[in-house]
Order: sequence, then C-alpha cells, then structure tokens
Amino acid sequence: MKFRGKILDIACLNHFTRVITTISKLTKTCVLRLTPDNLFFVLSGKVANGGVSMWCELSQANFFDEYQMEGVSPEDNEICLEVTPENLSRALKTLQNAKAVKVKLTKKHCPCLTIAAELPTLSSINRVVTHDVPVDVIPRRLWNEFKEPSMPDFDVSIYLPPLKTLKNIVDRMKNLSNFLVMEANLSGEMNLKIETDLVSVTTHFKDLGNPPWGDEASQDGGPSQSRDPEDMAQARVDIRKLQQFLMGQQVNPSKAMCNIVHERVVHLILLHEDVSLQYFIPAVA
Amino acid sequence: MDCVVTGGNVKVLAKAIHSLSRIGDELYVEPQEDGLALRSVNSSRSAYACFLFAPLFFSRYTVHSGHTFRCKMAIKSVQAVFRSLASLEKTVEKCHIELDDQNNRLTFTLHCKHGLMKTHNLSFQDSESLQAVFDKDSYANVFRSNPRLLVDTVMHFPPSLEEVTVSVSDERMWVRNHVEEEGDQSKAMLTELCLASDEFDHFAVQAHNSVTFCLKELRGLLVFAESTGLPMSMYFDEPGSPVVLSVTDSVLEGNFVLATLSDDSNHRKKNNSRGAHTLPPPPPDDFMNDDIDSYLIAMDTSVAPGPSATGPPTPQLADSICSKQTAAASHRTRLHSEEEEEDKTTDSGRPPNKKFCSLFFGSVLPPSPQMSTQPVSSQQVLASDSEDDVQ
Repeated sequence: MKFRGKILDIACLNHFTRVITTISKLTKTCVLRLTPDNLFFVLSGKVANGGVSMWCELSQANFFDEYQMEGVSPEDNEICLEVTPENLSRALKTLQNAKAVKVKLTKKHCPCLTIAAELPTLSSINRVVTHDVPVDVIPRRLWNEFKEPSMPDFDVSIYLPPLKTLKNIVDRMKNLSNFLVMEANLSGEMNLKIETDLVSVTTHFKDLGNPPWGDEASQDGGPSQSRDPEDMAQARVDIRKLQQFLMGQQVNPSKAMCNIVHERVVHLILLHEDVSLQYFIPAVA
Repeated sequence: MDCVVTGGNVKVLAKAIHSLSRIGDELYVEPQEDGLALRSVNSSRSAYACFLFAPLFFSRYTVHSGHTFRCKMAIKSVQAVFRSLASLEKTVEKCHIELDDQNNRLTFTLHCKHGLMKTHNLSFQDSESLQAVFDKDSYANVFRSNPRLLVDTVMHFPPSLEEVTVSVSDERMWVRNHVEEEGDQSKAMLTELCLASDEFDHFAVQAHNSVTFCLKELRGLLVFAESTGLPMSMYFDEPGSPVVLSVTDSVLEGNFVLATLSDDSNHRKKNNSRGAHTLPPPPPDDFMNDDIDSYLIAMDTSVAPGPSATGPPTPQLADSICSKQTAAASHRTRLHSEEEEEDKTTDSGRPPNKKFCSLFFGSVLPPSPQMSTQPVSSQQVLASDSEDDVQ
C-alpha cells in the first residue's frame, strides 16, 4: 500500500482544507477511501453515529498536482483508512501559506497520514512542518461497509433554499424543539415545522424548483411521476443532525438538493464542481 | 512608591501583567532603585516570570530609599484595572501607581480622555522577595529571534498541547509536541517543525540537547514580545535544568524561567529523538526527496493470502508482500512498534519519572538591590514565599 499526493496550488489547498473542515464538523471519525481517481470520505450509518451516514467524493485531479497510489493489490487497487478529520483539518489549517503540501501514507509509530509542508521564510532554507496524523488501516473484509450508498427511492426531490437562511431558521427552531419535520412536494414547496405542546412553528418556502432526475432516478416506472404535485412527503428528524450539517458548511455549493423518502430518510446533496457531499439523516417516529 | 506611566507604555505594562497572569495567580510587586519589578510564580514553582521596568520607562518614578516595600496581590484584580487592552490604547492617557501608606492600599489611577478618571484601590499582602536565580551568560545554547518566528512556530501546535520538545543541532532547531503516555502515542497527532539557523538573529549551540517545557508560558511571553515587537531570546542547557526566555529593551527586561523535564524521563526521549532526527541526518532538501518506497506500509493480510499473492503483482508489490508476510502475519503494521517495545522493556527498570523539577525553594532573601533582578552567578537557587518549603 502506497499513497503520496502533492498540492502546489494555494487555491486547491484552500479548497481541500475547507472540504475537510466541513467533514470534521460532521463527524469525529470517518473512513477515507483512496482510489486511483478519487478520494472518498465515508461515514456509514451505524447506530453509534445516530444512524447518520455521509458520502463525500473528491476527484483527486482537481486537488493534487501529483498523486500516486498503489492499493492493497492490483485487483483491489484501493486504500481504506479510518481517520480523524479534525486532525487533518487542524494540520491543514496551519499550512495555508505553504509553497507545497505533501500528504503521504507513512509508517511511524503507527500508520500515519503524514502531512508535510514547505513554508516560505526569509532565509534561504525553507521551514518544514510535518504533522503525523495516526490512522487505522481498514482490512479488506470490512470494505463492503464503505461502499457508496445507493440513491434512496425518494418520493420528492427539491432544491434547497440558501443554506444560510436555512441555518438561521433551524438554529431558532432548535431552541424550541428537538425534532423538526421537513416536508416538500413536487411543485417546489418546502416546509420546516416544529410542533410542541406549547407552540407550532412552520416556515414555508416556495418556488424552490424540483431537480429533473431523468429516467434513471424515477425507479420502478417512477412513483414520483405519478405523484400528485401538491402532495407533501415528510420526515421527522433530529434537529441537531440537521443543524450540524448546516453549521459546518464551508463548501459553498453550486447546487444544494434534498431528497425525502416519506417517513424514512432525508438525503441532502451538495454539489460543487469537483466535490459532492451527501448526507443522510434517518427519520424518527 | 509613586510612579506615572504615560502613552503607549500603559499598554506595555498591561501586556506584561497579562503575560504574568499566564504563570501564576499572584503578582509580586517590588519597587526597587533600578526599577519596578513585577513577578509571578506558578503553584508548582516550575515556572517563574519577572518584568523589570527601568525608571526611564516611567515619566515619574520615585521610591523611598531606605524603606523597602514588597507586596503581593491577586493578579486578577490587577488585570481588572487593565481589562480591555483594545480600549486602553485609545482612551487611557496616563496611569498613576501609588502606594497609599495610610490605608495599606496600592492605588492605580487611570487618567482617560475627556477628563475621566478611574481609580482602583487594591489591597495587598506583605511578602518576601521572590527571586529565581539563573545566569543567562552561563547557558550553552543561546538563540535570539524576532518573536514572529516563534509565534509562527507555536501556531502549528494545538492550544490544548501542554509541552513541547526543542532539540538543536549546529544548524537546526526542531520543535515537536511532547506526548506523555506511550499508550496515547498511537492516537495523538505528532507535529514537528524544523527551523534553520539563519532564521534566527543569533544561533549559538554548544550542546546538542533536547529539552521539554510547557508551552503555555512560552505563549504568554510571546503575546508580550509580539505586541512590543521586541526580539525574544531563549537559553537552555540540558534536560532538567531550566530554560530561560527573555525580552530586553533599554527600559525593560522580561525573563521567564521554566523548568524542563528532568533527564531521567527525558533520556529515553532524547534517544528517541536522536534516532528520529540525528542518526539519519535529515538531508536539507528532505522535502523534495521522494522515494515513495520508503513510505511503504505493511500489507493488510486479513484477506486469505492466496489470491492476492498469486495474482500478477508488480515486482515492487511482490517484494513488499515477501518482506511483510512473516512480520505482519497477524499484527498488521506493528513491525516497528515491536522494536520500540523492546527498547522500552530494557528501559523500564527505571521508575517513570515525568515530573518537572521545581526550580524554586522557599528562602528569605536579604533585600539587596543587586540580588533582586540581576542574574546571580551562584548555583544556589533561591526564591521566597511565606511558606518554607525547602525541597
């Protein structure tokens, strides 16, 4: 197993740092899957994570100037590591003015992702910083837990309003209740509701638009097409999970979407050119 | 005592008090002939800090000669006088510090803009002189740099980190985080920074040592050094003997004396660091040297070895499989740590000694003006407080 990548461009470094910082806000630990073309940050929906799962996909070519990897074997040309994104984020944040940053898999006291950077100085010799972030190598028999989650057979798919607006509303609602109902229909309307014994609050959004998913998404002959456009699909979710997702946002997505499987799951998707982040929040009864 | 500080010096004084507050809970105030000394020591007496402001720092400075006065007070209450550093610079025109003999109060009066006057009457306790003895001239390793260099260095370490280890060779200084428990090591992130000697204004190394000391106090003095723009010096000898950090100007001097981890526990650390850094001397252009093979990680063998080994592996990969098959059969990627463990067992005869040596012992110091802030050349280490906890 070998991995080595090098980032020279400061904008790429910056972007990479933002993505990892966003992930670090979502989860304490996650799995980093390295393939010849992509990096994936994966959180599988275990009960310990509150049932939340995450899938973040980066194309290596958009970040790395050099990227070499050799997986476990030629057939399974992948590397699977358990990482603490917080550590990676902290290491990268201090290197924002670096001339070059290298990320490599090393064997020190334990397997590490070593982040080494060359910092500019006034002297003739550059300052070199290395951060050894301990990782766990995940054995191949466990890899199947970290496959891309299949797109749920959603009832409604809708574009999200500006995330900042959403965040402000969810932050307020958090003070009133622990659970929030997200509902949306196929005519571009979405509501955020909380209901307690004392108060009911609903925020209405309209004209959000529904993403055209084409044939491949309308599964089984497309239940969503035969659906009444006014009919709401809803899911009741833990408000903290949603808040966490909105709070850590540093990616500035060009597209933000939400798919709702009625009373099952909320599937949030952020797209930004080369990065896609998917986040699944299970519905609670 | 009666002294007046004006203009930008008020902020300097305030910054000094703030950085002293990083050390201990009490501020020791001693007006001397050669200036006003402000000192602090931490509860475990492993860190001591002293600022001496020369009479020229003040626009008026008078002490009653022949009548020595020393006191200590809660540093929080003094900090409260200079609470907002930002507004201090804009609003305060002068600060008047006066001893109110009759009421036994130390009075701080801030004269602000628009004729506003703020008076703080602070109570105090009498105290003995507090003095750590160190001789900066006797240290083997001396460094001086712009505070920016050290600020940029400590920035790479997390705020929660307690101790850093500094190692030096003739041309380089390495700073890395000190991880205490061996058990923690697998989880802790290790950070290391290498500074070249020509980044320093002055870089004199006689002993290739590494010392471990607390980061908190260093950060404290750095806040002061950075705001005043004064170069910062660092002096150290060997593990166990204190490291001295200092800033000097024509009108003020600040010295922070910090205990370092003693040799016993540091010995192994030092060996480790030798192994890690000096034995294979890092080539200057280490960063650019990229032999990817050196970053080989043991194969994960949890899948039945048959198919992967009999597959058509590249020559390199076959190599790696052969070399790892024996060692990493059951424990993945533990090869290296086993070697380490062996080292440890041979070493473990020693009791684990992770304590910082206390630098200061209680004792009463004759009130002699030379003793107070001048470095004293004797090896005896003195300091005093009300309690007599001789080591």
